[in-house]
Amino acid sequence: MSAHVEAHAHDDHGHHHKETFVTKYIFSQDHKMIAKQYLITGTIMGVIGVMMSLMMRMQIAWPEEPNVIFRALLGKWAPEGVMDADIYLALVTIHGTIMVFFVLTAGLSGTFSNLLIPLQIGARDMASGFLNMISYWLFFISSVIMVSSFFVEAGPAAAGWTIYPPLSALPMAQGGSGMGMTLWLVSMAIFIASSLLGSLNYVVTVINLRTKGMSMTRLPLTIWAFFITAVIGIISFPVLLSAALLLIMDRSFGTSFFLSDIFIQGEVLHYQGGSPVLYEHLFWFLGHPEVYIVLLPALGITSEIIATNSRKPIFGYRAMVASILAIAFLSTIVWGHHMFISGMNPFLGSVFTFTTLLIAIPSAVKAFNYITTLWKGNLQMNPAMLFSIGLVSTFITGGLTGIILGDSALDINVHDTYFVVAHFHLVMGISALYGMFAGIYHWFPKMFGRMLNKNLGYVHFWVTAVCAYGVFFPMHFIGMAGLPRRYYTNSNFPLFDDLANVNVVITVFALIGGAFQIVFLYNFFSSIFYGKKATQNPWRSNTLEWTTPVKHVHGNWPGEIPHVHRWAYDYSKPGHDEDFVSQIIPLKEGEEELQH
Amino acid sequence: MTALLSILVLVFILVAIWQMIKIFDLTQGSIPEGTSQIANDKDNRINGYLMLGFLAFIYIITIICFVKFGDLPLLSNAASEHGPGVDRLMIISMIVIFFVQTVTQFLLHYFAYKYKGEKGRKALFYADNNKLEAIWTIIPVIVLAGLIIQGLFTWTNIMNVNKDNDPMVIELYAQQFNWKARYSGADNTLGKANVRLIDIDRANILGLDEADPNAQDDIITTELHLPVGKPVLFKMRSQDVLHSAYMPHFRAQMNCVPGMITQFGFTPTITTVEMRETPEMVDKVSNINKIRLEKSKSLVAKGEEGLERYDFDYLLLCNKICGKSHYNMQMKIVVETQEEYDAWLKTQKAFANSLN
Repeated sequence: MSAHVEAHAHDDHGHHHKETFVTKYIFSQDHKMIAKQYLITGTIMGVIGVMMSLMMRMQIAWPEEPNVIFRALLGKWAPEGVMDADIYLALVTIHGTIMVFFVLTAGLSGTFSNLLIPLQIGARDMASGFLNMISYWLFFISSVIMVSSFFVEAGPAAAGWTIYPPLSALPMAQGGSGMGMTLWLVSMAIFIASSLLGSLNYVVTVINLRTKGMSMTRLPLTIWAFFITAVIGIISFPVLLSAALLLIMDRSFGTSFFLSDIFIQGEVLHYQGGSPVLYEHLFWFLGHPEVYIVLLPALGITSEIIATNSRKPIFGYRAMVASILAIAFLSTIVWGHHMFISGMNPFLGSVFTFTTLLIAIPSAVKAFNYITTLWKGNLQMNPAMLFSIGLVSTFITGGLTGIILGDSALDINVHDTYFVVAHFHLVMGISALYGMFAGIYHWFPKMFGRMLNKNLGYVHFWVTAVCAYGVFFPMHFIGMAGLPRRYYTNSNFPLFDDLANVNVVITVFALIGGAFQIVFLYNFFSSIFYGKKATQNPWRSNTLEWTTPVKHVHGNWPGEIPHVHRWAYDYSKPGHDEDFVSQIIPLKEGEEELQH
Repeated sequence: MTALLSILVLVFILVAIWQMIKIFDLTQGSIPEGTSQIANDKDNRINGYLMLGFLAFIYIITIICFVKFGDLPLLSNAASEHGPGVDRLMIISMIVIFFVQTVTQFLLHYFAYKYKGEKGRKALFYADNNKLEAIWTIIPVIVLAGLIIQGLFTWTNIMNVNKDNDPMVIELYAQQFNWKARYSGADNTLGKANVRLIDIDRANILGLDEADPNAQDDIITTELHLPVGKPVLFKMRSQDVLHSAYMPHFRAQMNCVPGMITQFGFTPTITTVEMRETPEMVDKVSNINKIRLEKSKSLVAKGEEGLERYDFDYLLLCNKICGKSHYNMQMKIVVETQEEYDAWLKTQKAFANSLN
């Protein structure tokens, strides 16, 4: 059932028209350039997001002390260098928003879906290069708006990344709910448009533009992950858009979708009949699938990298695809586990507990399959491989505590404590970030034609790995001690005084881990220009992207698009001299393609 | 100043690492172009050993956390009737997690060490095994089924308010940034209320219906007193934004939502005085006071006021981001004997008498 789209016309066209600086580097319609644009924008947003988290950590560890960094970076928000309580909440909010949407959704999916979908399925480009370009520029505009909200008078949005009304709806409830919140909503609306354009493009491309022989069952797991991620995005992002629009209506046009019976600052407001719980439903209908929009591409990347570097086929290809599908399906029916104590009917709590804990099953299958892929392999410890193994490790550690949070009875007591912060940072934050790093180390040669320095990569991985556990492992325990998250300082609660030392330890790990990302940034930017030149297939990989020339050409392959004859995971297959067999090599006489 | 110094130190460390790696790169001049940045046998070996080291690190940090912080949590001493059930489920879940974590992390890192790459070795071509996959699908199914069933029983037990045992109805009222409690008085019925009826001039701060006879004997307080052993049903309201009434010692939490009334019920089982005398709490409090004494010393040295001695009290905390002073929105909870409770209640003013 593979599609036979041979873009000859496009190909010829590609050789003739002249590229200027603007069409090549700025308004490019080439998926490889757009991927790089996404990556660099995402990296910059990542630096901003991480710096915010470090400032929060310093505030939590040393709450009353003046800090030169605060004075330098926060200006009027840190008079005398002491952080203001409002800006703390703003940091919480914008850190969450930037990391989840701008780094781990756009930065991760945007980069690798764009780069790999056409290259790995054997297509000249995305189905619509123009929409792809629009998608990137909308993302860019929304990033600029989000960051610029730090420069408005009353500060950026500060209601948490979930922006629950009424806090987010009423400018008198909080400084950040004025202009800052308007900018947040506008930025997110544009972001969602960008994300939808991207996702539609990915889905159409995967369905229609696969080269001859590239059946769905021969797709690399990366493509399966990107494909399903795009589908989840198309299903759930519009719901967030509707929530944002309704919130804008409530804020600016006096409707009462989410508001009712409010008395604030000495006056009764006119709102009548709405419910904040409705907003929570709409938000989490995106919010939970969003976790998988972030995580699945990272898992896809990891599947590919672990197989390549283990020199073994990925174990249980069919089960891996099935578990991606199962996770995608379940992810849309579990959102209520964020709302066990929101005031919704307790019976719904039971239903969502049931569906939520089911997700552990496909997740367990994936984890065990990764481990089995390592078994009796010939592991090439490239930095990408280390980050992939690191991902499996944090995915297990973080995922297991989901058993506690998904269980409504237990959630009562750890809901909104640091236990939750530890859980989701490990299972989706750190894991997805590792996936992104792994992808960058692995496909850097494909993107820039040069290699990243491996020794800097090793330093980067090991310090990051130790610090990630150092930060988030003890955090579970202060959460179980009942410490609520999003507190500007804990000094008003002597009850928590014995946690102060733990918080200092966590902050020290965070600062070291954060500082060592400079190693990566240095490696990344200097290797673009001065890295060692890459060969065509440095990791000796089977997938199609490594059959394209090192120097990028418009249309990806200078000649005809190669045909595919086997799945992507014929590593160390008996009967072959090399320990890899590219997808474009026909089956030998008598050779069986695996029943996969 | 310390921050600046630490940043400088970090920068120097980074520069040192960069220099060492440059030197390392220079010594590898003989490697053919194109493969120098790909892991060789030496890299595989070093990183393989580091994987083992990392496994040890995970185990050590786990042990340290359990030993040092394991008694911090509220895993013991639940002060409500349903609390021990929650704690039991928590401990069961923790054991499952601990077991799975230990085994899977071992396999992952041990395999990463054991099968580290060597030139010339060929990996085993092993793509599928339905039996194995069935095993690790079915085992989680069974374990999770057990956890789900136990969890659902516990949850239903907590959330279904048993009207037969005649709970005492108390309203928890949230506003930026404080809590109020409203007792229903002798009739055990809360008077009607709506924020539209708030009249600050008359000191009708919770918006009670002044015409409602049930409201007349209601009592509004800024501390929450509960008689031990008596079931309580909290009706929760908020006047402005979302808040969450979090009472960790009672394993209780529920959001307060403007425009609707939410509820949560429990039975306190340990009085404040009894709780202060439990060995765990004595330890915890003396530890906290040691920390506070240290801090006081440095504060006094700076010419500031020292910290007061801490004594344990149950607390109601706000646990849903609600604005600037979210971090300081709390109310003291006192669990006491029926007699003490009655005596306290007598000192409080009824709503009808509190109006201006």
